[in-house]
Amino acid sequence: MTPPPIQQADQIFVTLQHRVVGYLPIKFQSIADVILSVVAIVLVFALLFAITTVLERKGLGRIQNRYGPNRVGPAGFFQPIADGVKSLTKEDLVPRTADQLVHFMAPVLLVIAAFLAYAVLPVGRNMALVDLNAGVLFFFAVGTLVELAVFMAGWSSRNKYSLLGAMRAIAQMISYEVPLVLASIVVIMAAGSLSTVAIVNMQTGYSGIWPHWFVLTPWGFAGFNLFMIAATAESNRSPFDLPEGESEIIAGYYIEYSGFKFALFFLGEYLGMFATSGLAITLFLGGWAAPFSFLTWIPSYLWFFAKLLLMIAIFIWIRGTLPRLRMDQLMNFAWQFMLPMTLINVFAAGVWHFMPGGVIRWLVCAALLIVPAFLLSRGLKQGKKFAARTYRFAD
Amino acid sequence: MLVILSVAKNLGIVWNFEVEVETVFGEGILKGLAETARNFLGSYVSKNRLTTVQYPEERLPQIEAYRNFPFLVYDGEDWQQGLRCVSCFICEKECPPKCIFIEKSTDKKPDAVGKPQFYPTVFNIDISVCMSCQICVEVCPFDAIKMDTDFELSTGNRFSGLLWDKKHLAKSNEHYHKIHPTEAAAVDAQLAADRAKTAAKAKAAAEAKPAAAPATPPPVPAGSEK
Repeated sequence: MTPPPIQQADQIFVTLQHRVVGYLPIKFQSIADVILSVVAIVLVFALLFAITTVLERKGLGRIQNRYGPNRVGPAGFFQPIADGVKSLTKEDLVPRTADQLVHFMAPVLLVIAAFLAYAVLPVGRNMALVDLNAGVLFFFAVGTLVELAVFMAGWSSRNKYSLLGAMRAIAQMISYEVPLVLASIVVIMAAGSLSTVAIVNMQTGYSGIWPHWFVLTPWGFAGFNLFMIAATAESNRSPFDLPEGESEIIAGYYIEYSGFKFALFFLGEYLGMFATSGLAITLFLGGWAAPFSFLTWIPSYLWFFAKLLLMIAIFIWIRGTLPRLRMDQLMNFAWQFMLPMTLINVFAAGVWHFMPGGVIRWLVCAALLIVPAFLLSRGLKQGKKFAARTYRFAD
Repeated sequence: MLVILSVAKNLGIVWNFEVEVETVFGEGILKGLAETARNFLGSYVSKNRLTTVQYPEERLPQIEAYRNFPFLVYDGEDWQQGLRCVSCFICEKECPPKCIFIEKSTDKKPDAVGKPQFYPTVFNIDISVCMSCQICVEVCPFDAIKMDTDFELSTGNRFSGLLWDKKHLAKSNEHYHKIHPTEAAAVDAQLAADRAKTAAKAKAAAEAKPAAAPATPPPVPAGSEK
């Protein structure tokens, strides 16, 4: 009995992998299975990185009423190839006083850490590399390696700007790791599991045409927003890109990197962004599940990547809109707003769990989140008087 | 989002551009996002937004007063025959960065109007040194050197590629008219007036000569007094 074509299309990569692996002797089958998946992940996400760089540059250009890159290939879409060739042929400079080994290891570790996180992301039905029962925990543990790589880069370069940038990055990443984890706790509470596959499976049902995504609850919506803000800071993207701060500390921790190592940092940063976006999709946006019940015929992996591209587009949009924060604003925002809000969100998720379903539950939970957010933003604004700036010398 | 904001703008609810403390949490960010979205979408709709001139394909018209590096003007068809330069060395001496090198000829050669003149056997300008100050043009008594407008001068060799010789520097008077029409017309008018004056003087001298001829020694050949 063959499955219906829709299911075939959905599982095409899974069956293909099984068939390829089936040609090998039993002894090698399990390892070949893993290697094939790893190669697929590395290829797909590296390609996505290449596409994202050109789309980002074009999008930012359009936001600033420019064309963006439009010279290499049709409409500039071969730009990543030119960039790759450029970074490969550039001289690889290492400062004489740098710690050679650590300086070399930092970008490698960053990319490895970024790729490791994809092991637990279910990019489609039955398409997670491993279904760890502590998948979310694994994700955050691997994500912490990025901080180590960043500090290795900053420290080994023996440059005051790179050290400053690395210290900023560490302070920022550790500060935002707290709200990032706390924002995802609500989902773990609701799903009762740390396994990413189980969390997605929880969200695949439909009421009428509407999906059971966690983002469609008050705590889920708040959690999603808090998670995305923290993820932006975690991946060092604008408006939280002050570890790089081109205009202040000239690229921060990777100031002493050139050529392909710089490209590796770039790659690692984008891979981290995709991975946290992928986790946000897994936790809040139903993973590979279709947004409406009548759209389930579209293969699951397409839904995952459509959602991922949407998240990337939002990241680019935000980057094109907001200016960089100041260090104190960044820290105050993490500890004075994000942390209390995530804790309140955990409480709201608990209330949601124990209240009977209905409109009242919705209203209570929404009020539990909106009122504190409003009061908190008002309270933090107290004592900050906005007035026309007076100049002492430049009048 | 865009629609809502534009409706709200028309109703006068939001979008007042005075500086004010934002009232709703996150309103400023939403406004900013709407603005960038408007730019993003608008750049696909309205060509007027994309102000960048796509340079190699599109070019802005050059303003007439633009100048870059000097060139040597010649009259007529043949550049060697018509070169106005008589290698008087004034520009070489005046050039502040000393980028001009001239070697004077030992013989004389008729110029465009047939008058025997010295001419430069070598006339080099090193444009890697030239600072486009136009002083050579100001000091030239023969209107022989003028400023060019060509700016696409990239070359594969930074030494010989940027050291321009006489042949490279020679450009026709028509070229001068094309790049600086007003200035070239004025120069041509001045030259024509000068030539007319010289011709009139020569004519007067020729008329006076037969009368005084018996008293004076035979005249030197024409053209050698210069």
